[in-house]
Amino acid sequence: MTASETDSNGETHRAIEATFRIERARLIAGLARMVRDIDRAEELAQEALIVALSDWPRTGVPANPGAWLMAVAKRRAIDAIRHDRMRDRKHEEIARTLDKEAGDATAAIDAALDDDLGDELLGLIFTACHPMLSPDARAALTLRVVGGLTTDEIARAFLSSEATIAQRIVRAKKAIAQAGLAFEVPRGGERAARLPAVLEVIYLIFNEGYAATAGDDLVRPALTQEAQRLGRILAGLMPDEPEALGLLALMEIQASRLGARTGPDGAFVPLTEQDRSRWDQLLILRGLDALARADALGGQGPYVLQAALAACHARARRATDTDWARIAALYDRLRTVTPSPVVDLNRAIAHSMAFGPDAGLRLIDEIPGADALRHYAPFPAARGDFLFRAGRLAEARTAFEAAAALTRNVRERAFLLARADACGETG
Amino acid sequence: MRVMVLVKATEESEAGMAPTPEMLEAFAAMDRFTEELVEAGVFIAAAGLKPSSESKRIAFEGASRTVIDGPFAEARELVAGFSIWEVRDMDEAIAWAKRCPNCMPGRSEIEIRPFFEAADLADYVTPQELANPRGGERGKLGVA
Repeated sequence: MTASETDSNGETHRAIEATFRIERARLIAGLARMVRDIDRAEELAQEALIVALSDWPRTGVPANPGAWLMAVAKRRAIDAIRHDRMRDRKHEEIARTLDKEAGDATAAIDAALDDDLGDELLGLIFTACHPMLSPDARAALTLRVVGGLTTDEIARAFLSSEATIAQRIVRAKKAIAQAGLAFEVPRGGERAARLPAVLEVIYLIFNEGYAATAGDDLVRPALTQEAQRLGRILAGLMPDEPEALGLLALMEIQASRLGARTGPDGAFVPLTEQDRSRWDQLLILRGLDALARADALGGQGPYVLQAALAACHARARRATDTDWARIAALYDRLRTVTPSPVVDLNRAIAHSMAFGPDAGLRLIDEIPGADALRHYAPFPAARGDFLFRAGRLAEARTAFEAAAALTRNVRERAFLLARADACGETG
Repeated sequence: MRVMVLVKATEESEAGMAPTPEMLEAFAAMDRFTEELVEAGVFIAAAGLKPSSESKRIAFEGASRTVIDGPFAEARELVAGFSIWEVRDMDEAIAWAKRCPNCMPGRSEIEIRPFFEAADLADYVTPQELANPRGGERGKLGVA
């Protein structure tokens, strides 16, 4: 052994575990398709890691570690199937059936190996994000089996208890097993129908990190990074799917502003007042690139449109350069694709920026279903902003105070109260 | 964490000669490797750099600036290309880097350099600033 090879066992183990982490999601995906059971797939992957930890320090890491781990895990799966059958069947049947079933199992492995590995991972993602599961259950399961996060890490990210998350994951796995899902990528029309459930979960994970809904932390960046990673994986596996690219573009551009959204004192800084030199230009470039690819594919879906909106801000070097007329037009389109009071609210804000506060006030007062927004802080906050800019300061103050009373985020509240104060001082 | 993966130059890459069939094959392997990085959500950006014969150096000394034309000596100290990866830790970066195909005919090296992140500056900034990292010029370099 050379000096570098005699390094501590710990270092070798860390190297093996890092390799395992890279392969883990694909391993579980391939195994789950074979045994139709996520728990069993996770166990088999873990068993393969144990074999690697004992073999690789002697033999070195194999040229294709993923295939090696998969072969070991599948062999274990077949051994277990054989063992079960030995136990279950009458002794005289064993010799006869074993050969036949071993043959079947071998054929199954060959078929599995012929399958596109990326297809298996995509199949796992679609299964973990099956619409029969609640969005929260989908998010926890996806972070666990695709992201490789521990239950504890997921619990901390979602400000939840480990027991709650563990139970959520167990139930989701059970529901998948009971439904007998095949861990396959849905084809044709079904694929289009189920893709939104996948995108929704990744964006939910992103938003959970991007805008913490409670507590002191405005941002829990680990979750946004995990969602970006998932989004990049998904866009890599579905390079012809405009909405997957649109979601990726949206997340990359939004994440580019993470460093600028809070001031040095921790206070919330709104988009138009952010120091744009703090925006991460590398992420913006990636976002614009993904958006360009989505556009080239003719994407017109909600994520592509939202990414196009985010891109309008990303392209403006100064807030005053923002193309608000284009943003207003994009919101006009977005509300036809995904009608919602929140989109209408943002549309009113965009129109107020493009065409003046009175345009904003007119649109905000016309929002169908505005009742649903009554307890939504951004609604009175936007109204307050329009009124402030229209010079109606007393009304603006009332609106800002109402917004401050509604938000659960202490930093946002401080921001809104400061705006209410500003109405008093000038009025 | 973000890392920059620097592919060090060799005498061959510095010579800038037309690629041999073996090298073209190695480039194809490199494309497959990059594809793997993209599918794993690790890949952020990458570029190959022309030989130092097409490069310039600007030497600073006080107020003076001197432009020096390439090529530059010591091929192994030069950079022939780079990638930027987003990984969970250095172990993962190393595991990926070991899978990178060797595009150079002889011995070659790649170097992994982690980006400075806010936590690295703990001794220089207040806890408030640390909790809410200021990007500034660092932001342009993609500090997480």
